[in-house]
Amino acid sequence: MDTILQVRDLVTKFYTLDGVVHAVNGVSFDLQQGETLAIVGESGCGKSVTVLSLLGLIPSPPGRVEQGSALFRTPFGQQDLLKLSREELREIRGGQIGFVFQDPISTLNPILTVGEQIKETLTRHLNLSQEEARERAIRLLADVGIPDPELRYKSYPFQLSGGMRQRVVIAIAIACNPQIVIADEPTTALDVTVQAQIIDLFQRLRSAMGMTLIWITHDLGVVAGLADRVMVMYGGRVVELAAVEELYQNPQHPYTRGLLDALPRLDSRETRRLVSIQGAPPDLRLPLRHCPFAWRCNYAYDHCWQEIPELVATAPDHQVACFYDLNKGAPRHG
Amino acid sequence: MHRYFLSRVLQSVLLLLGVVVLVFFMVRITGDPASLMMPRNATPEQIEAFREAMGFNRPLIVQFWDFFTHALVGDFGNSLHFKSPALPLVIERLPATLELATAAMLMAILIGVPLGLLGGFSPGSVLDSLARLVGLLGQSIPNFWLALIMILVFAVRLGWFPSFGRDEWKSVVLPAFALGLATMGQIVRLTRSSTLEIRSEDFIRTAHSKGLLPRTIYTKHVLRNVAIPLVSIIGVQFGYMLGGSIYIEFIFAWPGIGQLLEQAIGWRDFPMVQAIAVFTSVAVLALNLLTDAAYMIIDPRIRYGIRE
Amino acid sequence: MAFESRPFEHDVDTLLDIEKTPLQRLAYYGRFLWRDRGGMIGMFIFLTVVVAALFSPQLSPYDPLDQRLRDSKLPPAWAADGTWDHPLGTDNLGRDILSRIIYGSRVSLTVGFFGVLIAATLGMLIGSIAGYIGGRVDSAIMSIINLILSLPYLLFVVFIAAILGRSLLNVILIFGITDSPIFARVTRGEVLRIRRSGYVESAISAGARWPHIIVDHIIPNLIGPLITLATFEMSAMIFYEAGLGFLGLSVPPSVPSWGNMLANGRKYLTNAPWIAAAPGLAIMYTSLGMNLLGDWLRDVLDPRLRRARR
Repeated sequence: MDTILQVRDLVTKFYTLDGVVHAVNGVSFDLQQGETLAIVGESGCGKSVTVLSLLGLIPSPPGRVEQGSALFRTPFGQQDLLKLSREELREIRGGQIGFVFQDPISTLNPILTVGEQIKETLTRHLNLSQEEARERAIRLLADVGIPDPELRYKSYPFQLSGGMRQRVVIAIAIACNPQIVIADEPTTALDVTVQAQIIDLFQRLRSAMGMTLIWITHDLGVVAGLADRVMVMYGGRVVELAAVEELYQNPQHPYTRGLLDALPRLDSRETRRLVSIQGAPPDLRLPLRHCPFAWRCNYAYDHCWQEIPELVATAPDHQVACFYDLNKGAPRHG
Repeated sequence: MHRYFLSRVLQSVLLLLGVVVLVFFMVRITGDPASLMMPRNATPEQIEAFREAMGFNRPLIVQFWDFFTHALVGDFGNSLHFKSPALPLVIERLPATLELATAAMLMAILIGVPLGLLGGFSPGSVLDSLARLVGLLGQSIPNFWLALIMILVFAVRLGWFPSFGRDEWKSVVLPAFALGLATMGQIVRLTRSSTLEIRSEDFIRTAHSKGLLPRTIYTKHVLRNVAIPLVSIIGVQFGYMLGGSIYIEFIFAWPGIGQLLEQAIGWRDFPMVQAIAVFTSVAVLALNLLTDAAYMIIDPRIRYGIRE
Repeated sequence: MAFESRPFEHDVDTLLDIEKTPLQRLAYYGRFLWRDRGGMIGMFIFLTVVVAALFSPQLSPYDPLDQRLRDSKLPPAWAADGTWDHPLGTDNLGRDILSRIIYGSRVSLTVGFFGVLIAATLGMLIGSIAGYIGGRVDSAIMSIINLILSLPYLLFVVFIAAILGRSLLNVILIFGITDSPIFARVTRGEVLRIRRSGYVESAISAGARWPHIIVDHIIPNLIGPLITLATFEMSAMIFYEAGLGFLGLSVPPSVPSWGNMLANGRKYLTNAPWIAAAPGLAIMYTSLGMNLLGDWLRDVLDPRLRRARR
């Protein structure tokens, strides 16, 4: 498999009146052609900021991407997204990388028809006439499962249900056949049955288009049936990265284990108490000198308060950033 | 849509009836409309004769019915000063006031909207500071004082513009600027703050994520949304100018409704004042309805009855 | 541009949450004020005007009514033939303009303060009745209020003032009554919002009584928006009072008020412009200060409040 996106050592900070917020602190990962990578973590863990940083969508000021590289391989060559000019990034956004955001109520312009909002992406990136763009937009509406697309083309967002709106947002994201689609909590604002439909739609589109997908969520439960690999983030860092089966069966970071324990399981017969992780997410204004999870970790020992753990490979497709070996029940070194 | 608009029309008609009732009682709150309307040095006999002539000695309910039914067909009685029907005299002054208010509004919009947009697009920049300054000064400078200062500087000292009257195009510049400054300040403030607000909306992030060009984002996505509150403030402010041009018309001897009001008060010509109050209210209410209609054109949510 | 603003929004909330005692709150607002230059300036300006009004006799170099025709139309100190005896010059009757400006702040602040007091009291009463009873009463009151607010305000104020005649009390009453609808509207909106909010509903279901709810929840939440509104309305009243004075419809001509001074100065605009300039600057100074203060208060106390009127 080819690596389509290679992110190395990404650092993003927000310079606010209340201090510097260290939102992303050295995140690295690879994205393979055709795979679905899930990025999981609590709100404020830097998962959204990570992907927004890659495409210059961080509000600036106060946000700033401080360092890192993001090599994006296209059929036309390889580019470092973080070194591109605004103009060059604009060509990539919407054209080669599509976005789906969380809340479909606020992500569509309330006073433009949905057709217009799809069409403007098409005419921006593809050389289409108005008429061709219209036809293609209607076809896209049909592709994402909107009934009566001719009629819906002329609808305003407020005339559609939440699920329908999210389908429109997806239609916009895939309009120009992008190499990568980034979906930032695309089902969080929807109710459960609609969630299932949207996930279903993504799966269908993925196999139909051979789409590479980054799926950001705080819900490990959603990830299981969808992702190939999972990247768990905490305090602006990657704490665990593994293939999805491996992660579910053999979580190696106490935080991941906590997230999994907090899930209700349908496949297990024994009735277990649901556990939630104690404590609050870390204050990202403080520059860290130790493991960000140490405050909330049941296994933390003195070393965890002295050094920041780096990601280490524990299996071919499994990396974890923790000094404590959960399987052995003892610190990794000594 | 139609139902909403119809209910607005109905409300306006009701309010208008309310205004007629209000102006009837207002000249009677001191208890004696006759001495209110007669010169201060009038003798008791003269006042009594006037009371008789105006019918102020009839029972209140009779007076009210008389006034009300006549007012509904536009008859507010004779002006005491001109001795002829009041309403036509007011209507005669309308073009001058409309001209002044339109010029003031155009000035306010043409300077205020671009300045507010530029400030909102680049918060913290020099242009933004200028926008905030204009917004603040527009709110804080009394227009009657500004008018005096401008006459002093631009008419008396520099001689660029005439200091009073309404003849050539130059004569409208100073009064229009004085009248429009407060509105300009309001427009700058509103444009700037709603630009800032819209800019941080999720759907603008979506527009960026589509790779749209900045000029598309600003004209199509930001500007159209900013226009919605702007339309409403422009309507409100235009109505304010129709009623609030009194100082400016007084200072510049601009022969409009405001000047007439100032004169009528001096003459104690209250039938005229009543006619002005009702007529201006009609104009303002009509303007509000126009604003509502404009709203429906810009904002589909109102057209489809989702939002008021 | 706040696309992803969660990390720091959360911090501001915790700040506000932790500092619960009134003193800590005050300290927080103080820090906020210190950081906001406009608010500082506004506060300073407002305090200078209040001091001028409270200590007019001590601060004024002359009696504001003292006429000395020999010294009439003396220019201000910085003019070629001005003297520091009369820093801002004298008017057509030889009265010291600085002293008259200082005394004039009394009229402006009195009208502003008592006008707002009456308007706020009436408005809160009407607004809370509408918000509390709801239903038909509410919609009837609100449609009357909205309609009144859409009338040409200034015209009606001029109309009433012309009928009632020149007196301080009349001016205060006119503004107090005509300005109450805006307070009623804000109060009603807040009462409705607070009533529907989760914490009041849970207080009710926990058996709290209405007097309790009003004292514990509704009043504390009303204070912020109403103080902000009061600041803006006071500034507007000072403005309108001066306007009425300019037309000769406010306090009697013998009283030194900024509006009266302006009306008087207009007659000597070409040969003694400082007579009209000084009161205008005083109005502008006060209004500027109160608007800056109001903006700051709005940011601190109630970001939701939007002023959409006049």
